[in-house]
Amino acid sequence: MDFLWAFLVGGLICLIGQILLDVFKLTPAHIVCSFVVIGALLDAFGIYDNLIEFAGAGATVPITSFGHSLLHGAMEEAKQHGYIGLAMGIFKLTSSGITSAILFGFLVALIFKPKG
Amino acid sequence: MTRLNDVKNYKKNIKSYHPKINYFVNGLKAFVIGGLICDLGEAVQKFYVTFFDFNEKTAGDPTVATMILIASLLTGFGVYDKIGQFAGAGSLIPVTGFANSITSAALEHKSEGIVLGIATNLFKLAGSVIVFGVVSAAIFGLIRLTVNNLLG
Repeated sequence: MDFLWAFLVGGLICLIGQILLDVFKLTPAHIVCSFVVIGALLDAFGIYDNLIEFAGAGATVPITSFGHSLLHGAMEEAKQHGYIGLAMGIFKLTSSGITSAILFGFLVALIFKPKG
Repeated sequence: MTRLNDVKNYKKNIKSYHPKINYFVNGLKAFVIGGLICDLGEAVQKFYVTFFDFNEKTAGDPTVATMILIASLLTGFGVYDKIGQFAGAGSLIPVTGFANSITSAALEHKSEGIVLGIATNLFKLAGSVIVFGVVSAAIFGLIRLTVNNLLG
């Protein structure tokens, strides 16, 4: 059942992206940026947490969850340190994602040869 | 044919030369591949919950890291670009597309050297995502914190 909801919700988010790509002729970079902003916006109203509880990886794997975790970490730290905490906590939850992206991206670029 | 070079109507005239887009098939491909990538993430998450000391809430971080590792490797082997050509947004929107943009930008500029090529261009495409994410999170966080403070 978890897999079905992850498939449906994740697929639906990608379908929205494809519609923006085909119908509104946005570039991939614009689409991904808007999705991150939308993810942060949804988290500002506390909606995205419900979506994650409902769809699991269907909500955490799409890039919208990046915006959600940025804001989530910021708000978590802001509980303790107020406004300064916002800046301290922004990368708190996304740290593992960004670290692994830099690390693996760098290593793969070192080892592999460009193709095509 | 001379009308084609008309500056004012260029966008209108060029329309018949655009390749036709099959909206339904493209949407279906994006839906299925995007859903499958999320299912792979769900499987990885279940793996972490079952075999390591993570619960449903904390398993998201290692799951994203694992998906990024898989996508980086697939980009290195040249497989991810083929998936991307087939699936469009289905492989762009998941976090694997983020990893793909980092790795492919680094690979593309490898010939310019490790420091000036790979390290400098690592965030060439993905930098915009981080900038917009941080800026929007800071603004929304500021608003929400102020509202919270005002309400009590």
